[in-house]
Amino acid sequence: MLRAIRHKNILPAFSAFRAFSSSAKEMTVREALNSALDEEMSADPKVFLMGEEVGEYQGAYKITKGLLDKYGPERVLDTPITEEMALICLLNILQAGFTGIGVGAAYYGLRPVVEFMTFNFSMQAIDHIINSAAKSNYMSAGQISVPIVFRGPNGAAAGVGAQHSQCYAAWYASCPGLKVLSPYSSEDARGLLKAAIRDPDPVVFLENELLYGESFPVSAEVLDSSFCLPIGKAKIEREGKDVTITAFSKMVGYALKAAEILAKEGISAEVINLRSIRPLDRSTINASVRKTNRLVTVEEGFPQHGVGAEICTSVIEESFGYLDAPVERIAGADVPMPYAANLERMAVPQVEDIVRAAKRACYRSVPLAATA
Amino acid sequence: MALSRSGSNLLKPISPFFSCAPSILSRSISSSNDSITVETSIPFTAHNCEPPSRSVTTSAAELRSFFRDMALMRRMEIAADSLYKAKLIRGFCHLYDGQEAVAVGMEAAITRKDCIITAYRDHCTFLSRGGNLVEVFAELMGRRAGMSNGKGGSMHFYRKEGGFYGGHGIVGAQVPLGCGLAFAQKYSKDENVTFAMYGDGAANQGQLFEALNIAALWDLPAILVCENNHYGMGTAEWRAAKSPAYYKRGDYVPGLKVDGMDAFAVKQACKFAKEHALKNGPIILEMDTYRYHGHSMSDPGSTYRTRDEISGVRQERDPIERIRKLLLSHEISTETELKDIEKEVRKEVDNAISKAKESEMPDPSELFTNVYVKGFGVEAYGADRKELRATLP
Repeated sequence: MLRAIRHKNILPAFSAFRAFSSSAKEMTVREALNSALDEEMSADPKVFLMGEEVGEYQGAYKITKGLLDKYGPERVLDTPITEEMALICLLNILQAGFTGIGVGAAYYGLRPVVEFMTFNFSMQAIDHIINSAAKSNYMSAGQISVPIVFRGPNGAAAGVGAQHSQCYAAWYASCPGLKVLSPYSSEDARGLLKAAIRDPDPVVFLENELLYGESFPVSAEVLDSSFCLPIGKAKIEREGKDVTITAFSKMVGYALKAAEILAKEGISAEVINLRSIRPLDRSTINASVRKTNRLVTVEEGFPQHGVGAEICTSVIEESFGYLDAPVERIAGADVPMPYAANLERMAVPQVEDIVRAAKRACYRSVPLAATA
Repeated sequence: MALSRSGSNLLKPISPFFSCAPSILSRSISSSNDSITVETSIPFTAHNCEPPSRSVTTSAAELRSFFRDMALMRRMEIAADSLYKAKLIRGFCHLYDGQEAVAVGMEAAITRKDCIITAYRDHCTFLSRGGNLVEVFAELMGRRAGMSNGKGGSMHFYRKEGGFYGGHGIVGAQVPLGCGLAFAQKYSKDENVTFAMYGDGAANQGQLFEALNIAALWDLPAILVCENNHYGMGTAEWRAAKSPAYYKRGDYVPGLKVDGMDAFAVKQACKFAKEHALKNGPIILEMDTYRYHGHSMSDPGSTYRTRDEISGVRQERDPIERIRKLLLSHEISTETELKDIEKEVRKEVDNAISKAKESEMPDPSELFTNVYVKGFGVEAYGADRKELRATLP
């Protein structure tokens, strides 16, 4: 009888917990970016958006949906594009002109958010990103600061070929004066984009087209309009003790899947979501490697002079004595992105590549006869 | 072949101040603020707009200040030439002597709330926006008293408080940036305009037309000013451009061709352009001007043009001489007074150079300052990262 009463008392509490967890919000990355833009535009009238199809078309990927209606054409600016625009077609019209205009507006004190349809097109405007934006604060000894955000999809999509698939993280992150951020989850997308817009320096914000539609749980804190993530801090997505895996953007998801597989084979992987490529959170990475003694870096971009190369060197410089195995690098293949589906698959890191590298780092290339 | 073809065009317009003599003599009594009317050397040539009048209102005070300011600029640039040859200035040094009327005339038509952005031939524009000589020479010599603390150099002068946004090394980049400034002015409802200056070399750049298209679409208060000194480095304009009528290159954007060696023509054109831009969006001004020096100090400037051409322009069209003649004919100043001003100006420049020489090189810690506005305490490294690291504030 007593047991029954106790059971009765306990049950409501459980259902209350269940009620909380079922009302935990989920949000797609697209919604996260859209809400971040909306909130920052609402909070600061100096923030405005510029890019191809961001206005009337609601954004090539619908990231800017609804913002034209809410804030009007003075603050959401469509830059010119040709008639042949189709839903999935990617165009690279007139990048240098409007990027330069955005930087000039930032010189005057406005806070532009310039969208590149993909970062492949940023190469046409890269002079303005590097020479006009990144270096101005230094060259003018602090007179001309450039509070601008350059955002858009980065890296490989699916089947778009060599000219539309490059990852630019390493190129931009090598440049002093720039900050380079790359979100993975919706929480990342919201917190990092808000931080980028509020930051007084030029920020390159590398999104991923294939992540836009993915849903992630978000807490009430994340949904609050004051939510912001710090720039320069990585996040430990999954704690572990045997091997550290660093990744950013879409590769974080792959690394987490790899960690699941590794766990079944008795390898506990710690997955670090870099979030910030420049400044790079060297202390979190090194602290993790000092704990696990093994490192696998993962990125989509080309391997030579890549993000992994910098991480590897940082660890060798700061934590050499702690390494029990050579650092492993997983990166995109050292070739222009092929179109054929099977070749494309080989040109981009897959989950099994990360698993294989982690096992090599743990001297477990050949599965052990008996596991615990 | 090339040289003889271009030579004759450049000596026009011949400055026929004699032709405006009648109106001058009738106003020979002049106190400082009495208004004087002068005629520009030639009428303006317009594209898709009605040109402004050739008659420009001025005053004795303005005439005197034009003379002094241009004499100062001329002296400053010549002094920079010597400093460069003495190896106190390093790297690039692009001198503006000959083009002073553009800087001075423009400044007379606008306020410090209007913005100016230009390329690398920026010393005189910086001065006209309120900069001082010590800052100029110190920056040229890489000392901490320079306006960019010695970290920019000749091509990276800025004076944001004076509405001067630099100072840009990449040819043509400043034009979209200038349209961005104009965008921001319109966005902020400032009722001010931006003058984005570029040369005949940059006039063929794609990004210029991209930016102009957007400026026209969005009615931005942007004035594109082509300082046509007829040579893009060593390439004469007729070899570089299919159409060197730069004031017409905006097509649907109106334009005006101006004698850039006549400070009053420049003043009138800029005043006209400002009014136009605030109401109707972008306009192009082509300033027909000339640089006495080569493209930079590494260019003697005589391999692609004749010395006769250079001295011819100096004799017929020099901007300072034009003002001198006006001052004399209006009996505002005497020969001696003007010579005294020139001596004064020379001394001012020499003093500024001495003062600038006293300024020290920037402190080594300046290597790491102003990388970011907000560095979040991240580390930056020197060549040997184990030897030299710094925390960015």
